[in-house]
Parts: sequence; C-alpha cells; structure tokens
Amino acid sequence: MMGNLGEHAAFIVAAYAIVAIVLAGLIAWVTLDARSQARLLAELEAKGVSRRSARKGRKRQASEAAE
Amino acid sequence: MTQTEGLFNRLANPTRFMSIAAAILPWLTGVTVILFAVGLYLTFFVAPPDYQQGETVKIMFIHVPAAWLAMMGYSLIAVSSIGSLIWRHPLADVSAKTAAPIGAVFTFLALVTGSLWGKPMWGTYWVWDARLTSVLVLLFLYLGLIALWQSIEEPSRAGRAAAILALVGFVNVPIIKFSVDWWNTLHQPASVARLDGPAIHSSILTPLLVMAAAFTCLFFVLHLKAMTTEILRRRVEALRMTQVARAAAE
Amino acid sequence: MSAFWALVRRDLRLAWREGGAISTTLGFYLVVVAILPLGLGPDLNLLARIAPGVLWVALLLSALLSVDRIFHNDHEDGALELLALGPLPLELIVVAKALAHWISTGIPLVLAAPVLALLLNLPAEAFGVLLLTMATGTPATSFLGALGAALTLGLRRGGLLLSLLILPLFVPVLIFGVSAINAVIIGPSPFLPSYLILAALTLATLALTPFAAAAALRLNLQ
Repeated sequence: MMGNLGEHAAFIVAAYAIVAIVLAGLIAWVTLDARSQARLLAELEAKGVSRRSARKGRKRQASEAAE
Repeated sequence: MTQTEGLFNRLANPTRFMSIAAAILPWLTGVTVILFAVGLYLTFFVAPPDYQQGETVKIMFIHVPAAWLAMMGYSLIAVSSIGSLIWRHPLADVSAKTAAPIGAVFTFLALVTGSLWGKPMWGTYWVWDARLTSVLVLLFLYLGLIALWQSIEEPSRAGRAAAILALVGFVNVPIIKFSVDWWNTLHQPASVARLDGPAIHSSILTPLLVMAAAFTCLFFVLHLKAMTTEILRRRVEALRMTQVARAAAE
Repeated sequence: MSAFWALVRRDLRLAWREGGAISTTLGFYLVVVAILPLGLGPDLNLLARIAPGVLWVALLLSALLSVDRIFHNDHEDGALELLALGPLPLELIVVAKALAHWISTGIPLVLAAPVLALLLNLPAEAFGVLLLTMATGTPATSFLGALGAALTLGLRRGGLLLSLLILPLFVPVLIFGVSAINAVIIGPSPFLPSYLILAALTLATLALTPFAAAAALRLNLQ
C-alpha cells in the first residue's frame, strides 16, 4: 500500500522520482524543440520564403547527395 | 527515375508522414497517459511485496521497462540504419537520429534504477553484474552514435556514417553480452540476488507488463514527435538556404 | 594481388621512415604501465594479479592512439582518392592499410609487453601466453581501429571521437585476452576455450570490418 513501502522506501521513492524527473525533462525537451522549430518555420514563411522553392532545393540537395 | 524509386519516394514523402504522425499522436498520447495511470495504480495500491525482494520489487516495474526500451531503441536504430544505407530512405535517417537520444535516456534510467535496486539488495550501488555491465556498454554505444551525429554537419553524410556505426554496434551487442557473461562467471562471487527472479507471479507480472506497455507507448510518442520536429528542422534549414540564395541573387 | 602487397610495403616503408610515431606509441605504452604502480602501491602480489588486465588495457589505449594515422595522411594529400580510383577495391585497401598498421604498430607493442610484464611481476609461466594472446588479439584492434579511423576521417576532434566509438567494441577482445592469460596463472578455467574464442573474434573482425570501413571511406571520398 501507498505510505508503507517497507524498510527500503527511500530507494523506491528515489528511483521513481529520478525516472519522473528525467522523463519530464525529456518530454519538455522534445516539446520545446518542436515548438521552436515550428515557430522558426512560421516566421520564415511569413517573410515570404515559399515552401515550394524550398522543396525543390531539398530535392536538388538530395539528388546531389545521391550522386 | 525508375519505378521502384518512385514508389519509395512516395512512401518517404515527409509531408504525408507529418500528417499521419499528427493524426496518431493525440491518440497515442492518450493511451500512454491511461497506461501510466493504470500501471502506477497497480504498482502502488495493488501489487503485493515480493517474498524475496520485499517492496523493492516496485523498482523492477520501472527498471525492466527502461532496460527493454534501451534494447528496443538500439534495434530500432539498427533497422532504420539498414533502411537508410540500402534504400537511402530519408525518413529512416530521421528515425535513427531521433531514436538515439531517447534510447540513451532510457538506458541511463535502466542503469540508475538498477543501481538503486542494488543498494538494498546487494549492499552496494554498483555491482559488476553481467546485465548492468552490458547495459553500461550499450550506453557507451549510444553516446558514440550521438557524438558522431553531432560531429558531422552535413545531415546526409552524418546519417550514413552513423548508420554504419549503428550496424557495427548492433552486430557487436550480442558478442559483448556473451563476453560479459563469460567474464562475470569467472569473477562472480556466488549467491547474489539476480535482477530476474526464477518465476514471476502474476500479481507482479501484470503491473510489470502494464508499465512496460506504458513506457513503450511513451517511447513512440516521443520518437514520433522528435521525428516531426527533425523534419521541420530540415525544412527550416532548406528555407534559410533559399533565403540566402535569394538575397545573393538580388 | 601484387597491388595489394605493394600498398602494404608502401605503408610499412612510410611508417618506418617516420619512425617517430611508433616510438611515441611505445613510449605511451611504457608510461601508462609504469604509472599504475605509482597509483596502486608497490605491492608485488597485487601487481602480479592485475598485470594481465593492465597490460591489455594499456595496449588497447596505445593502439587507439595510433590508429587515426591509418588514413589521415593519405586523406590529407589526396593519395586516398587516387588509391580508390586504382585497380584495388576499397575493401582491400582497408585490409592492406590495417595490416600494415598491425605489422608496424601492433607487433612492436606485443613485443614490448613481456618487458613491461617484468615491471608488474607477471609470473614466469604466463609470458608465453601473454605473447600468444596479444599476437592473436591485436589484429582485431588494428582492424576495428581502421573502421574508427574511416568513420572519423577529416573531422574536428576526430581522435577523441574515435576513442568513444571504438573502445566499447574492444570489450570482447579485452575480456577474452585477459581471461586466457588468467586461466594459466590462477585457473581454474581452462586456457583453450578463452583463447579459441579470442581467435574467433579476431577472424570475424578481419572478415567483417573491411566492408564497414570501406563504406565509411566512400562517404568521405564523395
């Protein structure tokens, strides 16, 4: 039961706390990274740099890399 | 362009992948949250203490899933690496790159929880147990992959170099496991509690499986999200290049 | 095949001419082995017990220090591209250069090991096994090192990165090399199984790494 974790409660709590903190950090990192990239993309598109030309650019790069 | 290449390009279309990921992610996130709620409830309110390990068996419910994801993450990278080397599948590159840090985090958590389990059970935080040692080497393999990704700037070259390294590492994982087991039987002092019990009772197995499912879903949520972010990052890079090219042309 | 041996001979000649690199590697091996008793204390029994492990670890570190040379110079002056255009497949170029590295660096390190073993009070009956296991294991380190060198070719901090990438792959060679020597000194496990697994590891490494290293070189030559 909760509240009675036996004589080794400290280790159990520590294990769960560390996992929670590290996973929260990982989730935060992935989420914040996603937001910042989405914002950067939106800013660039607002400036009028179009996706179509970017796609051509990417394709050109990809075909150059494949050669 | 041949027909097969055309087919692969259609499958590899990042825009289509983005829309599929966007459709799946909310559902998968919901499933992850529910699984974690059920798993934690079972862990703290239902699961009885183990007759041998006592309440510390609760650490197993997070340790075993983390260790399983450490292995699955590396296998996922290896499969993606095959895709990236043989078919030059652009998404395979993205998948391998984004799985590495996530897998490394779960490997780290497997080590930390294993060590916190070991202190009450073995009396020390670290025992050169065969499993802990091989997981430690696995962490080094992850760190090598991440370092290689960071050292090569051009994404396509970095992707293929990392793919070669990942496959070499994947071939080596069982060999390393085998040699560490061998080394361990030579040095192991007899009779320490093992990380795996001989037979697991269902009252212990059910929370373990639910937690494993929760961790696995969380891995894929993070992996899918990181993949879409990586695709966005490459779009941003490409847009910046066109911006510079336009500025130069004007 | 004559092109293959010509490449091996050329690399050996180059290594011989710039002899400094080999003596630096040997010097590093000596210093690492000699500094350990200063950290651990002069207890000869303790040193004898850990001698096989110390000699192996120091040998792996020394070999690692020298492997980034394998392709570096030829990459800098463009010789590698010429070689790649030549008749020899890239896989065989890797084999030739790794083999030359083993002859020019691996063998001197193996021969230095018994001398350093004297410093660590290694039991006399283990000297033969020490030479044998190291001679069997070092080709694997040269070939794995060549793979690391190919992957990190032309990168900043390539040497440090190479250590991080390749040291974990040395683990099996280290374990079976040391356990074969320990089998002779302390027993009770027999010598032959460890030794045969070490030999199998080396053979597998020789068979597989050239393909991976050649693939990595192709990336650099594009």
